[in-house]
Amino acid sequence: MSDNEALLSVSGLHAGIEGKEILHGVDLVVKRGEIHALMGPNGSGKSTLAYALMGHPSYAVSSGSATFDGADLLTLAPEERATRGMFLSFQHPTAIPGVTTVNFLRAAMRAQGKELAARDFLKAVNGEMTELKMDETFRSRYINDGFSGGEKKRAEILQMAMLKPQLAILDEPDSGLDVDALRIVADGVKRAMAASENRMGVLLITHYNRVLEHLRPDVVHVFAGGRIITSGGPEMAHRIEAEGYETLLAEAGVTVEAAPV
Amino acid sequence: MTVEAHDLTKDYKYGFHDKDVSVFRTEKGLSPEVVAAISEHKNEPEWMLEFRLKALEHFRKRPMPSWGADLSGIDFDNIYYYVKPAAEQARSWDDVPESIKNTFDRLGIPEAERKFLAGVSAQYDSEVVYHSIREDLDKLGVIFGDCDTGLREHPELFRKYFATIIPPNDNKFAALNSAVWSGGSFVYVPKGVRVDVPLQAYFRINSDNMGQFERTLIIADEGSYVHYIEGCTAPNYSSDSLHSAVVEIVAHKGAHVRYTTIQNWSDNVYNLVTKRAVAHEDATVEWIDGNLGSKVTMKYPAIYLMGERAHGEILSAAFAGPGQHQDAGAKCIHVAPNTTSNIVSRSISKGTGRTSYRGHIKVLPKAHHVKVNVRCDALLLDEEAQSDTYPYMDIDNPDVSIGHEASVSKVGEDQLFYLRSRGISEQDATALIVNGFFEPFVKELPMEYAVELNRLLALSMEGSVG
Repeated sequence: MSDNEALLSVSGLHAGIEGKEILHGVDLVVKRGEIHALMGPNGSGKSTLAYALMGHPSYAVSSGSATFDGADLLTLAPEERATRGMFLSFQHPTAIPGVTTVNFLRAAMRAQGKELAARDFLKAVNGEMTELKMDETFRSRYINDGFSGGEKKRAEILQMAMLKPQLAILDEPDSGLDVDALRIVADGVKRAMAASENRMGVLLITHYNRVLEHLRPDVVHVFAGGRIITSGGPEMAHRIEAEGYETLLAEAGVTVEAAPV
Repeated sequence: MTVEAHDLTKDYKYGFHDKDVSVFRTEKGLSPEVVAAISEHKNEPEWMLEFRLKALEHFRKRPMPSWGADLSGIDFDNIYYYVKPAAEQARSWDDVPESIKNTFDRLGIPEAERKFLAGVSAQYDSEVVYHSIREDLDKLGVIFGDCDTGLREHPELFRKYFATIIPPNDNKFAALNSAVWSGGSFVYVPKGVRVDVPLQAYFRINSDNMGQFERTLIIADEGSYVHYIEGCTAPNYSSDSLHSAVVEIVAHKGAHVRYTTIQNWSDNVYNLVTKRAVAHEDATVEWIDGNLGSKVTMKYPAIYLMGERAHGEILSAAFAGPGQHQDAGAKCIHVAPNTTSNIVSRSISKGTGRTSYRGHIKVLPKAHHVKVNVRCDALLLDEEAQSDTYPYMDIDNPDVSIGHEASVSKVGEDQLFYLRSRGISEQDATALIVNGFFEPFVKELPMEYAVELNRLLALSMEGSVG
């Protein structure tokens, strides 16, 4: 694999929910080992893009294409996308009562053919949990059930670390975190990237610049009105921070109707 | 947790049947002659024959229940009420007739016994064909045998308690059982004796158009402890079978009885069971009741809290697949002050399956400082599935604390997507959600049963979503 190889390649993607189109032609290429930040106002369709890429059955793609690691992504079921190495860290992870974090992790790893021997598994989980400053009681707590916002974010990163994807789509992994928790989560992403044998790529969806202080993006995309309106280097994030989205949108000649959140 | 892909309704593991090996059976249908023939064949004392005949009268007078599940498919005239499969009861596994032994071998009974049980009883059609108890318990005076033997060998003890908790006129099916009962378990645990590993009974219907009417009586003397487990299966025949059991439990002062059921009848069995316990001062009774099989189940384990500080616990799980109706529930009657009860019910319906929770809490006027907690949760696997709740409460003392919570939910698309986004197939994701939902029940089971239950649930999840 070369540095130039596209891991994820999205072209002219239109998608929506319940007959309402939300994505109006998204073009995006993420290469191995890169961090792409996708920044945009609330309701601009960032999470819809994440769901559509992961294959949420409620989100229908009407036109466009998406390939992942050479495969046509849009024909694959969500579980097949995951098994091929895609991972979505949810903005609002769902609780599965009665299913412990450990059993959940084991079921997911088994499903992806990444099962470890019990001893190796526990060692890996415990090691990552220590890094994420997660109490060991998490192992036997039901996944996301009664977790605080910050606990949910860490549990997502724990899953990413165990599943070792090729591409991690992180949907607002920073929302609701204090300074310390933010650093812990960002360090988790860096650790996973460093440990990744196939040079994991990251698509990081966020509102705020502050997570980018920890995770320096290669490319920053400004997302509004269901598509990427402009892209640039890390300096783009600073401009957003300093000037807000409106200037950038105006510059790009885009007027965006703020969608209800 | 293992997740396998089969359809339980198509591939019921226990659906095999053996050729008829019976050595004696009464003619089809119910009459005083049939009842007398059963009693005579068992060589019973006169009082039992009278008891049976009187019960038959009650049964005939009593109308079919007008509430609960649809029982119109039962044809009482087309049932064999007594089928004796073997001439003798065996105490050594080697002495069990070959074909019957094969059946139980396939069900894993001797294996289970070797592993972790204090005693095993295996009933095949109307009679217990095999029976054993650990020697040390035998020496301590623990009695674990079938009910017929209990009547024969411990007549005074037996008669003192028999039908005192559930009289024949209690309900139509208790009357039917009282008239034609056969087999079941008779358990007595002496004062202060703790039976540290479970006693198990296994019930198997093998004959077509068969009615199984076992009768179980458990007496736990003061300060004793016993855990009794029952499991049951039947072949898939085209015509229906009837299982109508009566279970009576007496927990004396300070005794603790746990009764676990994993009901996995095939989907042609009407399962109409009366279960009731009496808990005296400081006693605890627990019903752990899992209903996976049968066509129709009507079963509401009850606890009468007769002595101060008695505690009752009823934990139930029901799964109703297409064509099944699980009408299950719980009853707690608080007679004495400072008594407590806790009811947890979890049910899942799939396809045309229907689960009903029917509960009755009664607090009598003198029962002050009673605490009751009821929680029932239902999970629907698809649009067609149905669940309903009938909680009745009669509270005649103002000084009580009652908690009641109920919920009905559907397997959420978000839950499924979350699991699928981790690589788990839709079917396995559903099984995981279902297993999680039953977790409060499953964690109360001995390990072997928990594994088996999870496996059965996984089997029945095939094609349940989408």
